[in-house]
Amino acid sequence: MDDNAASVRLSHCAKTFADGTRALLPLDLDIAAGETIVFLGPSGCGKTTLLRIIAGLTEPDAGGRVFFGGDDVTARPIERRNVGMVFQSYALFPNMSVIDNVAYGLRVRGIAFAERRVHALRLLGMMQLEGFGDRRVDQLSGGQRQRVALARALAVKPRLLLLDEPLTALDAKLREDLRIEIDRLLRSLGVTSVYVTHDQAEAMALGDRIAVMSHGRVEQIGTPQDIYYRPASGFVADFIGTMNRVTGVRENDVLHVPGGALALPAGVTSAGDVMFRPEDARIVDARSAALRGRIISAFFLGNLTRIVVELGAGQSIIIDTVLRRTFAKDETIGIDVDPDALVVLEGRNPSANVV
Amino acid sequence: MTRGRSVRFVAQLLFTLGVCAFLVVPVVMSVLAGVTENYFTGIRSGLTLRWVGQVWSLYAGTIVLSLQIALACLVAALVLGVPIAYVLARRPSRVTRLFEEMLVLPVAVPGLATALALILLYGEWRGFRASWLFILVGHVVFTLPFMVRSVLAVMAAIDLAALEEAAASLGASFVSRFFGVIVPNARYGILAGALMVVTLSIGEFNITWMLHTPLTKTIPVGLADSYASMRLEIGSAYTIVFFVMIVPLLVAMQWLARERSPTKTTRHGR
Repeated sequence: MDDNAASVRLSHCAKTFADGTRALLPLDLDIAAGETIVFLGPSGCGKTTLLRIIAGLTEPDAGGRVFFGGDDVTARPIERRNVGMVFQSYALFPNMSVIDNVAYGLRVRGIAFAERRVHALRLLGMMQLEGFGDRRVDQLSGGQRQRVALARALAVKPRLLLLDEPLTALDAKLREDLRIEIDRLLRSLGVTSVYVTHDQAEAMALGDRIAVMSHGRVEQIGTPQDIYYRPASGFVADFIGTMNRVTGVRENDVLHVPGGALALPAGVTSAGDVMFRPEDARIVDARSAALRGRIISAFFLGNLTRIVVELGAGQSIIIDTVLRRTFAKDETIGIDVDPDALVVLEGRNPSANVV
Repeated sequence: MTRGRSVRFVAQLLFTLGVCAFLVVPVVMSVLAGVTENYFTGIRSGLTLRWVGQVWSLYAGTIVLSLQIALACLVAALVLGVPIAYVLARRPSRVTRLFEEMLVLPVAVPGLATALALILLYGEWRGFRASWLFILVGHVVFTLPFMVRSVLAVMAAIDLAALEEAAASLGASFVSRFFGVIVPNARYGILAGALMVVTLSIGEFNITWMLHTPLTKTIPVGLADSYASMRLEIGSAYTIVFFVMIVPLLVAMQWLARERSPTKTTRHGR
């Protein structure tokens, strides 16, 4: 891990804008040194506000405190927080060459020309941009520009790297490539990173932990596996991946639903609402199955087949299967879901937080 | 069809030449009058630079004063205009919008009215009233909106907030990001505004005519004076002097407008 990397602690940080909009509800958050945390959510959920509070571009409401390591940096403006920042719009300086962009942070720190040039060249090498140093910024592609922006942010050896939707402006293929590159970079440098995105695939791939946000609130914070397998709210379940939801009547450890019954995990006390992922439903022999449904449509996607199945009473589910067979419309199939794969939101209405 | 096209071409050419003649002939006539021995006799009387020489001996002071005011006006417009444009670009609100509208008022209001207002306000201060600084104030009031507008247009076209935030995140203080990032990236707007300010200041008549004293005459005021009280040849020769000063500025402005295209491609690239 980078010795320079700082842990971050937010204590009771909230943000209310001048017009009364509550962009962020009071929040306590700890980010470990060297960790990559992703703020994930739809636009307007407060993720960018949170990033800007950490960066020092937005002041939290009175009472909020931001700590880097042991230092209270709440009153420090961004230029004295020693953070590196990468923007969706790249924000490269058009009046400077590529190498001058990368060396800018060193220049304002008063580092001598020769030394900062050597350092900037090394960073350009690390970002696979050898030979691009003397180009103008407008001569680069989008992916190259964002790599320059990364090199520029890393050149100042930041205590914390802040990335605000860095891949959103790029096309799909490039986004994938650069995502892998950023992942490799963050792991190898061990720099503490805060990454803001609305793209769940990006969040899953990059985050050590993900904070799923909605309406100025953190809905759930945890590892990508936690978020995916054990969503804490209906909002998280619906926002990440595809989730089936069936409603029925519980009787001991069995949930009676249209089309049959589902075995519940032991000790469930909640009402008649369960969720499961499309890949957790297995197709079994219809004659002996506890739950049956009728195929409405089937899409062969290559690596899997996605089937939409009607259970009855207006309830339908999606099943992803790797079985190498064809599925006909109106065919009746048996369905089995491992009780441990069922997601049951204990004691709360799962749709309470759905937007 | 070819015939139809060529007829249209000839018609367009004639029209264009006609418009050019309409614009250029008076200028040529005026220039000729300024170097003709005797305008009423015509070119036959011979060409001379005598009148230009007389203009210099009579009105050299106005030329020096005009240049002095234009440069001082430029400095003031830069020092005031660039920061004003920056604030307007960075803090768009109803207040700044109103301020921008107010700033443009002196362009819309007749120069005589602006000048009258200045006289009412500052007329009591004799020393100031009689000095060239009084005219300078009028020129700054008149030219400042052109500087602000020109710089603001460029600042609005680049993502100023993100550039400044990026510079700040890299540790740059306000002063170093203002002069290292904001000003260089607004340079085309600043240059265009600067040329506009100098050109307008040198050519300004309405306000200046009201504000001037016999000892503080600028070129356009001197020009009016010479038309009114001197031989026609001297007035025309004066026009030549004015052209010599103003045309290079106009050419530079056109050239600059073309130079701006690289910034435009940058914006497309984003």
